[in-house]
Amino acid sequence: MKLTLHVWRQNSPTDAGRFESYTAADISEDMSFLEMLDQVNEQLIADGIEPIQFEHDCREGICGSCGVMIDGRAHGPQRGTATCQLHMRQYSDGDEITIEPWRAAGFPVIKDLVVDRSAFDRIIESGGYVSVPTGAAPDANLIPVPKETADRAMDAATCIGCGACVAACPNGAAQLFTAAKVSQLNMLPQGRPEKLERVANMVDTMEQFFGSCTNVRECEASCPKEISIDFIAMMNRDYLRSRFSSNGA
Amino acid sequence: MSTTQQPPRADSRTPAEQQATAKRPAAVRYSTWAFEFYRSALGKKYVMAITGVIGMAYIFGHMIGNLKIFISPESIDAYGEWLRESLLYPILPHQVALWGIRLVLIAALVLHVHAAYALTVINRRARPVKYQTSRDYIAADFAARTMRWTGIIVLLFIGYHLADFTWGWFNPGFERGSVYRNAVASLSNPVVALFYITANLALGVHLYHGAWSLFQSLGVSRPRFNRWRRVFATAFAVVTIGGFISVPLAVLLGIVE
Amino acid sequence: MASNMSTVTLGSELDGQVPSGDIESLWDQHQFDMKLVNPANKRKFEIIMIGTGLAGASAAATLGELGYHVTVFTFHDSPRRAHSISAQGGINAAKNYQNDGDSVFRLFYDTVKGGDYRSREANVYRLAQASLSIIDQAVAQGVPFAREYGGLLDNRSFGGAQVSRTFYARGQTGQQLLLGAYQAMARQVDAGTVTLHNRVEMLDLVVVDGRAVGVVVRDLLTGEITSHSAHAVVLATGGYSNAFYLSTNAMKCNATAIWRAYRKGAYLANPCFTQIHPTAIPASEDFQSKLTLMSESLRNDGRIWVPEEPHDDRSPRDIDDSERDYFLERRYPAFGNLVPRDVASRNAKERVDSGHGVGRKHNGVYLDFADAIDRLGTDAITEKYGNLFEMYERITGENPYAVPMRIYPAPHYTMGGLWVDYHLMSNLPGLFVIGEANFSDHGANRLGASALMQGLADGYFVLPYTIGNYLSPLLGQAPVDTGHDAFKQAEKTVRERIDQLLSIGGTRTVDWFHRELGKILWDYCGMGRNREGLEKALSEIPALRAEFEADVRVLGDDASLNESLEKAGRVEDFFELAELMCIDALDRDESCGAHFREEHQTAEGEALRNDEDYSYVAAWEHNDAGGPPTLHKEPLEFEYVALSQRSYK
Repeated sequence: MKLTLHVWRQNSPTDAGRFESYTAADISEDMSFLEMLDQVNEQLIADGIEPIQFEHDCREGICGSCGVMIDGRAHGPQRGTATCQLHMRQYSDGDEITIEPWRAAGFPVIKDLVVDRSAFDRIIESGGYVSVPTGAAPDANLIPVPKETADRAMDAATCIGCGACVAACPNGAAQLFTAAKVSQLNMLPQGRPEKLERVANMVDTMEQFFGSCTNVRECEASCPKEISIDFIAMMNRDYLRSRFSSNGA
Repeated sequence: MSTTQQPPRADSRTPAEQQATAKRPAAVRYSTWAFEFYRSALGKKYVMAITGVIGMAYIFGHMIGNLKIFISPESIDAYGEWLRESLLYPILPHQVALWGIRLVLIAALVLHVHAAYALTVINRRARPVKYQTSRDYIAADFAARTMRWTGIIVLLFIGYHLADFTWGWFNPGFERGSVYRNAVASLSNPVVALFYITANLALGVHLYHGAWSLFQSLGVSRPRFNRWRRVFATAFAVVTIGGFISVPLAVLLGIVE
Repeated sequence: MASNMSTVTLGSELDGQVPSGDIESLWDQHQFDMKLVNPANKRKFEIIMIGTGLAGASAAATLGELGYHVTVFTFHDSPRRAHSISAQGGINAAKNYQNDGDSVFRLFYDTVKGGDYRSREANVYRLAQASLSIIDQAVAQGVPFAREYGGLLDNRSFGGAQVSRTFYARGQTGQQLLLGAYQAMARQVDAGTVTLHNRVEMLDLVVVDGRAVGVVVRDLLTGEITSHSAHAVVLATGGYSNAFYLSTNAMKCNATAIWRAYRKGAYLANPCFTQIHPTAIPASEDFQSKLTLMSESLRNDGRIWVPEEPHDDRSPRDIDDSERDYFLERRYPAFGNLVPRDVASRNAKERVDSGHGVGRKHNGVYLDFADAIDRLGTDAITEKYGNLFEMYERITGENPYAVPMRIYPAPHYTMGGLWVDYHLMSNLPGLFVIGEANFSDHGANRLGASALMQGLADGYFVLPYTIGNYLSPLLGQAPVDTGHDAFKQAEKTVRERIDQLLSIGGTRTVDWFHRELGKILWDYCGMGRNREGLEKALSEIPALRAEFEADVRVLGDDASLNESLEKAGRVEDFFELAELMCIDALDRDESCGAHFREEHQTAEGEALRNDEDYSYVAAWEHNDAGGPPTLHKEPLEFEYVALSQRSYK
């Protein structure tokens, strides 16, 4: 099939940027969206145009590198699917596709479709861990964890850190990302001792970079791992407790 | 470790950010937890939710009281009188309960509006460069996306409504205490009645999202219970707004005159 | 005969520095014997860590926590993107929680045997011992492993192991373990012991007086080239399966770090030991950019078959059971579909090569769940494999509940890597290599669920001890100044190389060359190898490389993000590595594990080892003069696991 792409091109973080239109010819429906971009890039190089920079790595939907705004949706039209797992059979001949980078204050554009998501690392550094020195762990089966709890913790832990939640949120909020990590660790007995300090620090850091939640659920709907906003409620509850608790946080 | 030059992004944070993300000792924090809590965006959301609950309780009671207009003019006038003079009397002196409620409502409204304003500023800053093409929202419904606008409409309406029914500025032949007469006098004007209906619909849209959203903000979430949050919010918005709108409709249709 | 090639110069015999003693107490005793660094002195030592996968992140976290100052470089935008994240199946540990007779010795035994007797016994035993602590550590970090209703950890049998020793977190075990290690490292970043540099790529190793003293790196956003020195450099940069172009590795996985170290004198061991995973989705067309793995666990319930009749293009559901060839079950009645990876892969290739391949391109075999669905019900299959089935359907557009999956082997893991001794230190003092980047523990074939185990064992429980032994005598010495000539020279070389790549201005893209290289390697140095093919590859690769150097087109500049430029450097290194892989494959004139020399097979078509002549690690030394590399041999002795021919009949 033949498609028309409108792709955001921006040379540097300070460049104003603009849309450029390209024709994607001979697109097979078995191609992934990124393979379609690869093919467009091959053509651009042949034409002497610098290829489109986009972030990608594992192309299996797990590393969280990829992610662009496709026709106004984070990761494109297919629910629960990262950009790399979106395949061209979702499109038909003659379609026009608009591709934009994530846009948020916490995710400044680096070049073309690539943004800087290191704010997520800052959030994790501020408390997204259990303080357990190597070698200090007790036997793994010492503390039983109810299957239901372990499964819910895993539901939260599937987050791939792609940033679609921020990109999709009308407020550029990172609540879903932060809540997924806070909840995963706070739910498990291993994470409980630092529960209140963790949530307080991670929320504080999150708020330095991102907007606030207005419960519009766009994050949940855009998440390639379909992580539930129930975890946001859990984080809110823990945050309140962290402010109430006498030992501070 | 020695390097030829400082690596360009040894730490991509600005010094201010580094300062901010460093663990702060408790002593440096604000002494009152409430103030510090409100300083955070998440704390403001709690305030939005709690003041929203106060507002919801009030308007629900207000709506029930309004329905007395369908019983008789005397019924609603007496109700108004009781609210002003006799609520919780003789536990409290005359009008004290009324003023207590008014003060709580005013405080709630001020906090609700302030938090909404502050959060709006935060959220605008969180996306300084807008998407250059239109968004295709999946889950964000009309109500959720228009909270600011429905909120502003409701705020303007409250002002008008007070001027109309409490202070009597716009009410032709206003008589303090004659609730029935004042209502009919105001709402007989189709323009005013339509304004009331429109503003109430905006309030309904606001409630449709707010009454669901508050559970999330307050952290009330249980997998088995969660679907009832939507049912509650929808029912609350429909019943409350239905009750409110019935009055101007009744006046317009000549059922109440 | 060994080393019968004229191109190979034989070097000295290598010593793996394995302490003497009984294997069961060797590591414990050695931990006591090694020199320690006083806690107060640790902060005086600088360590450079390249890579933030399981090995790199776990090592950085642990070293930082011990008090060393660690500077970490990753070319990713975040350490969490490292390719360890893609590991699906699980991680082995000899916990024996299932009471089915597992033990450290059994895990050790299985690993040595599975590796077809080409690994170092003492390393493998230590790995099996460390496996116990890894699970404890991960659970304490909040890794949400699968649990049973009683709240205890669940295990499954994996990749043909006869005990259930695999711990897993849905199909995302690698992700969860990596996030655990990444979070532990993030804690050290917060504490200030670890300094993290993202989007920075190592482009050279700096060696002064025979010691590794630092690295030269390039900032991928600004193109700036800087030098960094330290008391020790650790490479945790993963494997080189992407030399094949199409592999299950992530797009950015590359060999540049280990290759640059090799060019600076580090020995590269067993480069021809590359594992081909049996269950990946077959390639579609030339545009295919990578291959997607379907977890090996699928073989527990799926049955592998091809049509009896060659070129049978009927729909699989129209082919009667009697017209199907369940070739693994037929040939290996005892293990059936659960034979080890190399055996399963080779058999699939043989069937496809003989014209029985399925799919539009006849490049796959069926993995059929119809019987399992009949037996267990759709729900049970969804519970176990739901996410994999969804992924398959997204990629192929076919519903695996209704029609069998199509699978085909794909390059997946490289057992070869930089040579290291028992301390995980290369022949260059000060250069440590951990995880997939080293050669040490898997011999000629890696067992399923062992890669995660090795990465974390190296990072959490081996390197933090052994590096102290190296650093201890260096107390009081400052790292070499980056103003040193060696750094300046390295920076200059890196700069010139980048300018050179940008200035060629040819006609073909980097990807085109990479694809061509991949085809050569896959055809001649893939699942089956023979002298003729390898010699052909050794003549084709340099020709292609010459064409690359004359005709590659890299657009853009060096001062901003430029992926073509990054790729060009990596592919250039793959060319050289690919040649060494072929040289090694040619020199190892036997079959063992994943290295299948077609000249050497049993009557049943199994790998036929030649322990007499090839029971050694082949460690190659770069020839600075441009001639053939020098082969150093580290002899392997098997005291605890008796040498035997593998049989899965």
